[in-house]
Parts: sequence; C-alpha cells; structure tokens
Amino acid sequence: MSGLAMPALNEATLARRAEIVAALRAIVPGEGTVDDETGMRTYESDGLTAYRQLPFVVVLPETVEQVAAVLKYCHENEIRVVPRGAGTSLSGGALPLGDAVLLSMMRFNRILDIDFANRSATVQPGVTNLAITQAVAHEGFYYAPDPSSQIACSIGGNVAENSGGVHCLKYGLTTNNVLGLEIVTIEGEVLRVGGKHLDQEGYDWLAFMVGSEGLLGVVTEVTVRILRSPETARAVLVGFPDTENAGSCVAAIIAAGIIPGGMEMMDKPAIHAAEDFVHAGYPRDVEALLIVELDGPQVEVDHLLERVEKIAHQFGATHVRVSQSEEERATFWAGRKAAFPAVGRISPDYMCMDGTIPRRELARVLQGMADLSTKHGLRVANVFHAGDGNLHPLILFDANQPGELERAEAFGADILRLCVEVGGCLTGEHGVGVEKRDLMPEMFTEDDLKQQQRVKCAFDPHHLLNPGKVFPTLHRCAELGRMHVHHGKLPFPDIPRF
Amino acid sequence: MGGTLTPQTEDEVREAIVWAINAGEPFEVVGHGTKRSISPPTQAAATLDVSGLDGIVAYEPEELVLTLRPGTTMAELAAEMDKKGQMFAFEPPNLAPLLGAVGEATFGGTFATNFAGPRRLTAGAVRDHMLGVHAISGRGEAFKAGGKVVKNVTGYDLSRALCGSWGTLAVATELTVKVLPRPETEVTLVLAGLTADEAVAAMSRAMGSSADVSGAAHLPAEVAPNGVTGPATALRLEGFGPSVSARLSHLQTMFAAASLSVLDEAASRALWSAVRDVTPFVGTGHAVWRISVAPTAGPEVAKAAPAGSRVMFDWAGGLLWVEAPITGDAGAAALRGAVAAAGGGHATLIRAPATLRAEVATFHPSPAPLKALSERLRNAFDPQAVLNPGRMAR
Ligand SMILES: Cc1cc2nc3c(=O)[nH]c(=O)nc-3n(C[C@H](O)[C@H](O)[C@H](O)COP(=O)(O)OP(=O)(O)OC[C@H]3O[C@@H](n4cnc5c(N)ncnc54)[C@H](O)[C@@H]3O)c2cc1C
Repeated sequence: MSGLAMPALNEATLARRAEIVAALRAIVPGEGTVDDETGMRTYESDGLTAYRQLPFVVVLPETVEQVAAVLKYCHENEIRVVPRGAGTSLSGGALPLGDAVLLSMMRFNRILDIDFANRSATVQPGVTNLAITQAVAHEGFYYAPDPSSQIACSIGGNVAENSGGVHCLKYGLTTNNVLGLEIVTIEGEVLRVGGKHLDQEGYDWLAFMVGSEGLLGVVTEVTVRILRSPETARAVLVGFPDTENAGSCVAAIIAAGIIPGGMEMMDKPAIHAAEDFVHAGYPRDVEALLIVELDGPQVEVDHLLERVEKIAHQFGATHVRVSQSEEERATFWAGRKAAFPAVGRISPDYMCMDGTIPRRELARVLQGMADLSTKHGLRVANVFHAGDGNLHPLILFDANQPGELERAEAFGADILRLCVEVGGCLTGEHGVGVEKRDLMPEMFTEDDLKQQQRVKCAFDPHHLLNPGKVFPTLHRCAELGRMHVHHGKLPFPDIPRF
Repeated sequence: MGGTLTPQTEDEVREAIVWAINAGEPFEVVGHGTKRSISPPTQAAATLDVSGLDGIVAYEPEELVLTLRPGTTMAELAAEMDKKGQMFAFEPPNLAPLLGAVGEATFGGTFATNFAGPRRLTAGAVRDHMLGVHAISGRGEAFKAGGKVVKNVTGYDLSRALCGSWGTLAVATELTVKVLPRPETEVTLVLAGLTADEAVAAMSRAMGSSADVSGAAHLPAEVAPNGVTGPATALRLEGFGPSVSARLSHLQTMFAAASLSVLDEAASRALWSAVRDVTPFVGTGHAVWRISVAPTAGPEVAKAAPAGSRVMFDWAGGLLWVEAPITGDAGAAALRGAVAAAGGGHATLIRAPATLRAEVATFHPSPAPLKALSERLRNAFDPQAVLNPGRMAR
C-alpha cells in the first residue's frame, strides 16, 4: 500500500476482539459472522485493488433487525463499521479498516415488490443492478442507470456511490431514479423515506443519502423507478482525424436539441486496444471515435440518425457508419464495453480515473494529459462519456516495477487537478472513497469541507461509519459545532442598511 | 426590531447573517415573496430580501449548464433559455395567481420550495436538475457544494439536498442548474368521460407504454379549464415532429375504444399551463391542498376530500390538487389519514386563511425519528435558528 494515512486504530477495540466477535455472533449467528483469516481474505479490498486491509471481523446480516442490532451495539461500544455491497467500488469506498466491523449487505438479496402500475420496484440492497432489469424485463420494463459493472454491483452500492452509466445523460444518475429508501442509522434507528410517490416533503433525505459513500447510514431497502424499454435503438460510429472536431461534434449534437441515449468517445490508444481485443470493426486511422446511440420510437431514431450523420460530416468526420441490425449495434458497443479489459491486455496493471470536465475543454485536457504522460513516463488511454463530460483516463503501469504504482498515482492526481483547473470535478461517478480523499482540497475550501462534515455529524456524531473515506481531515463534531461568535462592532446597528 | 435588509452581494448576505447571529435577531428570508403565504408566519421580525442578488452568471447551452443568482426571475430565465431552444425540464409552475400574490417568482424561491410541474412525472423535480450551490449557512459562513458540470459525485450532494429546505438551512447566493432542449412540438390526446379510477388506469397504461408520455392529468368536469369539456384525461406527447405523430397514433390505437380528441400545439400548451399553474382554483377563496401519493392511490385519497371539494389529478394520478371549503380543518385529518392508509406521501396546505393556518400544520407531520434527525441537521447548518425559524416543521 502506498502512503495512505487511515485513522489510527482504536486499541481498546482491538483488545476486546474475542468479546466483540462473540457479541456480534449472538446477533448474527453461524456463518453470518466471519472472524477467521481465510474467510475474511475475500473482503480485504474492493475494485481499487492497490489497497488491501484485512477486516477486524466480517458480519453478514440477513434482516433489518440484525443490521439495527449490530449498529446499535457498535455505536454503544464505539466500534467502527464499514458497509459493503459487492465490493466493486473503484475508489476504495469499501476498503476495510483493521479495527472496523465489515458489514456485508450481500445477503439482502430479495426483490420485494414489483409494481408495474406505479412503475416502481422495491428491492433489498444486495440485489445486483442487472437483476432489477431482469426482474421487470418480461413486461418490457428496465432500470435505467447501467454502470458497466452492472452484473456484479449491488443497488445498495449504486445508491452509496450515486452511480451512473452510459445512459445517464438521457435517463439520469442513480439519484434521479431512486424513489425511496429504508435506512438504519449508526444508532440502530430504522428510518423510511420516500416511497412510490414523487417528491418528499421535509428535508431531502434521499439527496443526502444517495452518493454519501456509506458514511451516513446503512441502506436496507431501495425503491427505484422502472421505465418502459425504448422501442428500438440504433448506433452510429463516427471517426475523426482530430479530437477537437470530435468534441465540437458532440457539442453541436446537443445544441441541435438532441439528447442521445448514449454518446461515448475513445481516443486512439483506447480504439486500438479495443479493436485488437474484440475486432469491433473500429477504424484505426482516426484520433477519436464516437459512438452515438439514439433510442426511442423507430421513426424518431431514424429521423435523428439522419441529423446526427449530417452534423458529423459538418465537423469533418472521416468515418460514419450506422448500425443496420441489432447485431451490428452490439458489435459497435462490444469494443467500448471491453475497453477496460482490452487495456488490461496491453499492460500488466491499469488505473481508472474518473474526472468530469466542461466538454469545451476536451481538446485542452487531452493535450494536457499527453504532456503529463511524457512527464510521468506512463501511457494513458481515454474512454469518455462524451455527452456529460465524464472522462475515464486509464493509466497503464506495472506494479511489479518499483515506483511505478506511485508514479501512476501521481499521474492520476495530476489529471484530476487538471480537470478541476478547467472547471470540472474530481469524480463524475466512481466516488471519492480513499482514492481521491486527499485531493478534496483541490476542489473545496476548508469551510466547504467543514460544512459537509457537519452533515456527517448530524447522522453519525462519533465518526463510526466508514471513517477515513471522503474527508482528508477528520474534525471532531464538538469542534465543528462550535460557533465563533464575532464580537466587536455590529455591522448593522440599525437595520435596514445596504 | 423590524426592517428589511437588501444585500446585493454574497458578502453582504454573509454580513447580514453574522449580524443576525450576534444580535439574536432571526430573519425571514424572501425573494419576491410569491410563495410566502404557503408557510405559517415565521417567528422573525426582520426580513432578509435576497432578490437583489440577481442575474445570470454564465449560460452555456452546449454544456447544458446555467449558473445564476437566486433573485433572477423565472420569466427572465425562461426568456434567455428560449433564445437557445432550451428550458428547465421540471416545468416550474407559476403559483402567484393561485396564491393571490403579485410579482414574478425568482429562481431562489423555486429552489427553496422544489415545486415542479406536470413534466416532473418523467423529467424529475427542481432537485433533479441542481448541479451546484454557493450559500451562506446560518453560521454566517460561506460554503459551496457540487460544481458546474452535469455529472459530479464529489462530496455530499448538498446542492440537491438544500433544494426544498425552504430557506431554513442556508441562503443560496449562486446556483448552477442543468438545462435541456425544449421539445420541437407537442400534442395532447384527450380521453373523454372517464371516472377517476378509469382515468388513472388509462394513464398508468399510457405511462407503461413506449409512447413516452410527458404529462398525464385527469380533469373531472368541475375543474376542466376553458376550451376543454370534462371529464378529460389528457396525455401529452412532446418531441420531434415525426416522433410525436408516430406516438400519437400508437396511443390512438391503444385507446381506440375510448372517446378521443387531439389538442394541437397551441391548445395543448394552454391546457398544460392551466394544469401546471392550477388555474381552475385561482381566485376562489377556498383552501388548496397539494398531495403527493403513489399514482394508483390517487382516486382513493381523493375520496377523503371533504364534501364540496374539487379535485384535479396530475402526475398520472400521483399529484392531487384539492380545493376544499374552509370549514373545520378543511379535510386535513381525513386527507392525511388517507395518505397514510395509501402507503405514504404527503399533503401540503398550499392556500389557507390565517385562521386555518393557525390550526392546521402546513406540512405533513413527519415521524419522530425523522423529526429528531431534522433537528440535528438544522443544527448542523443553523444552530442559532436565525433563518426562517418556524417555517418548516422542526
Ligand atoms: C469493471 C468495473 C466497471 C465499473 N463501471 C462503472 C460505471 O460504468 N459507472 C459507475 O458509476 N461505476 C462503475 N464502477 C464502480 C462500481 O461498480 C460502482 O461504484 C458500484 O455502485 C459499487 O457497488 P458495490 O455494490 O460493488 O459497492 P461496494 O464497492 O461494496 O461499496 C461501495 C460504497 O458503497 C457503500 N455501501 C455499499 N452498500 C451499502 C449499503 N447497503 N448501505 C450503505 N452503504 C453501502 C460502501 O461503504 C462503499 O463506500 C465500475 C466498477 C468496475 C469494477
């Protein structure tokens, strides 16, 4: 593990391990509590495999009552807790702590209610993203957010990370598709917010919870909206001799009032890696390749494809191919969907970054990345959710070469700084976790981060849930709550003024 | 002490709040005050009028991003977006006529209340389009959250979370919002003569079809606006011309057994602005409820409205506008009981005379554990309760 500072271990907790394990086993008996090293190895890292840590103990509850009892016990005994879904987080959100209970939610795997008339599905958090779509597909429905990890990742993890996917420009992120949640607080209180109705009254607890990376509460039930699947979808593959025109083409499509179902871009290294791997028929002699997918009624798709083709030619596309069949559409996507493993083939290791930029800055950012690639002596390939400006640079390195991991991390941090510098952000969909934690001050001031932490304090005043993630510095809640009363002369002794 | 402060800059807002903290003088925070009558009177003698913080900061149509100051009026924003063929997809209502208010609603008030119109059904509410916020907390400190790009999960999603908080946590000084292309055209298919139950079943079928319906409302005879004979069940289709025609014939085939008529673009627009702004209940002097429930529960909850009420259904049955006579509690207990029995939601008292407001809670009472958490959250932002004390249920 490279130099990542995690909260100091709580010695008192460590000293009481046998007693704590016994207490947890009394709540979640049998195989539901795992304390042997072999059993716990499975959980030592998530999708950010550069970091590993054996948990203190693993608990796999099956009922809300068990979750509430575990959390209440941990709260009363000041024991830290790391919630975990499928463990596919790319930012280390589910990275264990040596003194924390790892709370796996994967036994919460039941679909509780499907309500086509109200277009909602209520499921337990361990249900995979794809399983929701599979459960409603027979009636022609689907769940829209589709992270590439959808066969594996859990809906609870999606909620915690506010995950996206290639369709989120048109259909929204997780936060736009969640209607209700059941949450257990660190104190063991069960809260139900939202439901099958739209809008909540009172504070928007869904907004606080979605994207909170396991720091505010444990999600034990999720109600999502399901949508009727589009009647049809067709994709067009567009190649450009330079990235600037590719970026302008994306902007022009949006300016024409077209919001495609998906709009993805790859740069030359990514195109070549993907083409070598899956032979999707991508042109090799282009600098940037766009996949634009239109979905909806047949006539609409045909109508818009014509417009998109026209725009593409206006921006000097050298290669334009429209899918003529479902198979061909699938082939277009095969390369993009295999981009990560394809890069995995040409490099022993790779690191996936996740910044968002204003799209107009694309050419500048790609040039900046090329310069950084030279500076750090490492290659980079880019896949890009072009419609919403979410970049996924893949940094190629070899962890067995001394110093390369550190160089890759430094390169990644430089890329994210660049994203912030041009007006973007550190993470578009993968979350802050531990990976981007120490970069938070690049985007936020001390006051910004303190206000965020006060929200944390309202939910979890002792920082027991997933500490060491998201925030670079942990302030005590008492200190954060203190008001600095500004003595001296009152600026407005007699209002009104200004 | 009374009086009004009218800050023009973020820093002046901060200074005003610092003053309030030091003086122990809470503020009622207002924009143009068009929705002021919805909440119970705040327990604040002084007013912080933030409408002076106005104007568009940056509008980038190709990035789908608009940054503005909270005092900017919705009308000005709509006009600017219109020039680029764009809009706020949440279809903000203009509730001023319904509430008997004068003046132009501001974005700040729209953000603080999170009220969205008919397209909320498919496009989401105001909160779904929030991307970033700069604000001054009730601690008198400036902070920001989110950003100026359409996809961002860096830190807690506070720009969304502050939306709908009725100015009780922080005063927004700059907001960044996602904008979307305005549909090229629209039409509305009207099904005549349905009961509320039949209408909700039909709307549910339509919403579950691939016709991509962007508005679904049921107007019983007594609420049908000018030009429409009720009961009318309206299904709106928006988008590119050829697509709208194809989807219209799809729906016409689907509902071939019903008595159908089609409203062209102009008539469709007129109908949906009446639904959006609750025009049928303007100027009647009765109480008005806004009730959100699961769509299929709409007709059952509507039955709980007191005798003499009129009900309009939007959001495929999930949003009820109930106009109730001002007698007793104007149906509060019965309606809120029906909402609970229907599996949850909320009933908000939108319009009521002061006498009724004094007796009936404006907002749906929340369960005890959420009340406690709300209190803690409020302390996290505004520990001295200087922002709109008494406005939201605490
Ligand atoms: C190959 C690959 C491709 C990917 N593609 C995408 C993509 O396209 N888009 C995208 O957005 N992401 C993508 N991801 C990232 C990842 O899949 C998502 O972040 C996903 O939502 C994580 O879900 P999980 O169940 O694996 O959660 P975990 O990794 O187990 O946990 C993630 C976070 O959620 C918290 N958590 C989990 N369950 C709960 C719960 N029930 N209650 C409270 N907190 C909880 C954890 O504490 C942790 O902070 C990809 C990952 C991989 C490996």
